[in-house]
Amino acid sequence: MRYRHFKKRNKRRTKSSLKTPQLIGVASFFILSLTFFGTSLLAQNDRPVGDAYVSGGIGDARVLIPFLADDSASGSICGLVFNGLTKTDKDLNVVGDLAKKWQVSKGGKVITFELHKGVMWHDGEPLTAEDVKFTYDALMDPKNNCPYTASYSDIEEIEVLGSHKIRFVYKEPYAPALLKLGMGIIPRHILEGENLRKSAFKRKPVGSGPYIFEKWKTDEYIILKSNPDYFEHRPYVDRYVARVIPDQAVQYLELITGGIDTMGLTPYQYRYRTDTARFKEKFDRYNYLSHGYTYIGYNLADPLFADRRVREALSYAVDKKEIIEGVLFGLGEVCTGPFLKGSPYYSVDAAGYDYDPEKAKELLKEAGWSDTDGDGVIDKDGNPFKFKLITNQGNKVREDVATLVQRQWSQLGIEVEIQIIAWASFIDQFVDKKNFQALILGWSLPTDPDCYNVWHSEASKKGGLNFISYKNREVDGLIEEGRREFDTKKRAKTYKRIHEIIAGEAPYTFLFFPYATPAVSKRFHGIEPAPAGIGHNFIDWYVTPDERRYTW
Amino acid sequence: MVRYIAKRLLLIAPMLIGISLITFIVMHLAPGDPTSMRYGLNPEVSGSARAELKKLYDLDKPVHIQYLLWAKRLARFDFGNSFLDDRPVMQKIVERLPATLLLNVCALAVILLIALPIGVSSAVRHGSLYDKVMTIIVFIGYATPTFWFALILMVVFGFMLGWFPISGLRPWYIEYYSSGRQVADLLWHLVLPVVAASFGGLAGISRYTKSSMLEVLRQDYIRTARAKGLPERKVIYKHALRNGLLPIVTILGFALPGLISGSFIFETIFAWPGMGRLGYEAIMQYDYPVVMGVGVIASMMTLIGILISDILYAFIDPRIRYK
Repeated sequence: MRYRHFKKRNKRRTKSSLKTPQLIGVASFFILSLTFFGTSLLAQNDRPVGDAYVSGGIGDARVLIPFLADDSASGSICGLVFNGLTKTDKDLNVVGDLAKKWQVSKGGKVITFELHKGVMWHDGEPLTAEDVKFTYDALMDPKNNCPYTASYSDIEEIEVLGSHKIRFVYKEPYAPALLKLGMGIIPRHILEGENLRKSAFKRKPVGSGPYIFEKWKTDEYIILKSNPDYFEHRPYVDRYVARVIPDQAVQYLELITGGIDTMGLTPYQYRYRTDTARFKEKFDRYNYLSHGYTYIGYNLADPLFADRRVREALSYAVDKKEIIEGVLFGLGEVCTGPFLKGSPYYSVDAAGYDYDPEKAKELLKEAGWSDTDGDGVIDKDGNPFKFKLITNQGNKVREDVATLVQRQWSQLGIEVEIQIIAWASFIDQFVDKKNFQALILGWSLPTDPDCYNVWHSEASKKGGLNFISYKNREVDGLIEEGRREFDTKKRAKTYKRIHEIIAGEAPYTFLFFPYATPAVSKRFHGIEPAPAGIGHNFIDWYVTPDERRYTW
Repeated sequence: MVRYIAKRLLLIAPMLIGISLITFIVMHLAPGDPTSMRYGLNPEVSGSARAELKKLYDLDKPVHIQYLLWAKRLARFDFGNSFLDDRPVMQKIVERLPATLLLNVCALAVILLIALPIGVSSAVRHGSLYDKVMTIIVFIGYATPTFWFALILMVVFGFMLGWFPISGLRPWYIEYYSSGRQVADLLWHLVLPVVAASFGGLAGISRYTKSSMLEVLRQDYIRTARAKGLPERKVIYKHALRNGLLPIVTILGFALPGLISGSFIFETIFAWPGMGRLGYEAIMQYDYPVVMGVGVIASMMTLIGILISDILYAFIDPRIRYK
């Protein structure tokens, strides 16, 4: 396909619709121009191919090699350019991507994948099992310094069994493996012998995915074009453009004026800036649970929080609904445990600590806390109930949460001092050194429920992510069991139990799952919101010829 | 004169070493390191992977060794590679320089074009209503927060009226335009950022021009020029202005580093792919090589700028001679 001419269609559209207010006028204009430009390509099931989808993000991508990408901008581009062996579907189940099917044997130690035949790299070379082996060898090669090696360290051997068959042998059964093996595959014929970190490939990738890399202007935009030979089908939206617009207020202005087609709205924008006619006429807004939660964590090594009743009381005294209303403008859901709400691993029976200040008071009294000296602050053995609550700077939501819980706890006679600390020193001086009493943070939740790194007692060692020092033998055992079990139903039972035990012990006050709140231009059809969000079927989205904004 | 310049050039080297050393130390004094910034709370990244990354970037070595390694590379004009994407720092800087230069040179030109006449005319009509109004206007410009003014411009002229593009240096489809249209489009994208960038800069130049002109207008030779019957225009623009502009030349020397360093606030609001965002992102991400690279180049420009303004001074003012 050659580009002869480029026009921004919307201007002309305004003109023609001025002449004839009916849609027919507009349509006939487009039909004329389509025949003129000769680009009315039709793909399978007759969805038209054309137009461009322009997204606005706050940061530029950095490295377009899937296992070296560590920021969301690079991640989303890699997701369109590359394929993994597996991927997740709209309901977050693991399904095949390059893998047509797979077989788990020897109690989970061996996973054999059979690849789709006929998948081609964007340069026309066939994708084979050798590429898969090359990718995982490169990932684990210390010379490449991939940050994610820990998830693959149990791989003992990778055996190519044929041009499209490959076997992974693990030292121990590792249930998250199926998901982890969804890492994007990179081409051996281009990269063999290259220093990946220094190669030109990282800024000019060649993948096998639905979109072909076309152009990257640093800090401005990245352009991808739809892959006509994609093995599932050609994506109907012909271009994917990722624009960098660092300021969210400016993103909104660009959205409304048509400079971008989608952005993640802030809760404030979602609530108060989407009621205008200008927005409603051109955009749809979506909301679904984002994969992460915000919590207050208590340092269990601190004697103040050693008594479970105290932690329960603190949780009962936090009005999560008020927080969601006040901080997120209602755009979130209450969280009770460390798994994704709505997933099979999230227990609906776990203790939720619905707001109950009376119960909180009772629990504190039971634990020996009362205001004996009448100064408004409860005390025990002469020590007042005072502690410091820390969070990181630059996260407005967490700062607001701190202020709200400070007030809510003060009603119990607990005095809280808030300290907000710059990220680097927050991690280095406070979290890593376990030098804190209580903190507000969030965890993003990978699709696999394995939570060893956050909740296992081994992770409470220095520098680990179990910095609150939560130790429970039963939970340790269940986490290990969950890692070995491939059967989703059995795993669900295990993780539900973990959820219930952790919730019962209240080491965190689980607060909320915020909603992801994207806005997307109405000219894109075929969007199906699901637990995985809206991007899962991007290659099925399309724009009717009448609605196209960009043609060439 | 040549000896003087040579001496000054030689002095730049030790000053640069001092500046770079201080920058390096201050940077390392801040708690945390690049790996804790990026991977500190990422459950997918293990502690050992973080340790390996530190090794890769020599962060496991003592600070003075790290500095020496850096200086050694710099001696070969190698600024090292960014921690974020392993690309050469120089390449990252060169990539962003044109956008920043373009914006700042245009803004400076606009500032001079407007501020000089304001300064001169205010001096000539010193104390008049015109003078007072101009003073108020330029100081409003000076006092207005840039980000606010930029957003207001954007909302009014980009969003409500739709006359100018809201942000960016160019649209992503620019290559489908003819080259003439590309230039026109670039100018069109420049309007709002240049207006926003120059508004705040008017006060400085116009006030310097005014006070220096006032000084000159009191001189005897001006009285002489008037006495011999020269028209007022000639007195002002030929005799007074020449001398009145001398201090402005010095200020322009200092503007040189400003031309390349860019403004973070500005570039963030206008999504302008320039140096300010590069430097700011590097600082926030503890990308030491980039911070050092940007810092050294900016300080070198400052030192050279001072030198150039000194030389220019001698060149245009015959009364000044350096030995």
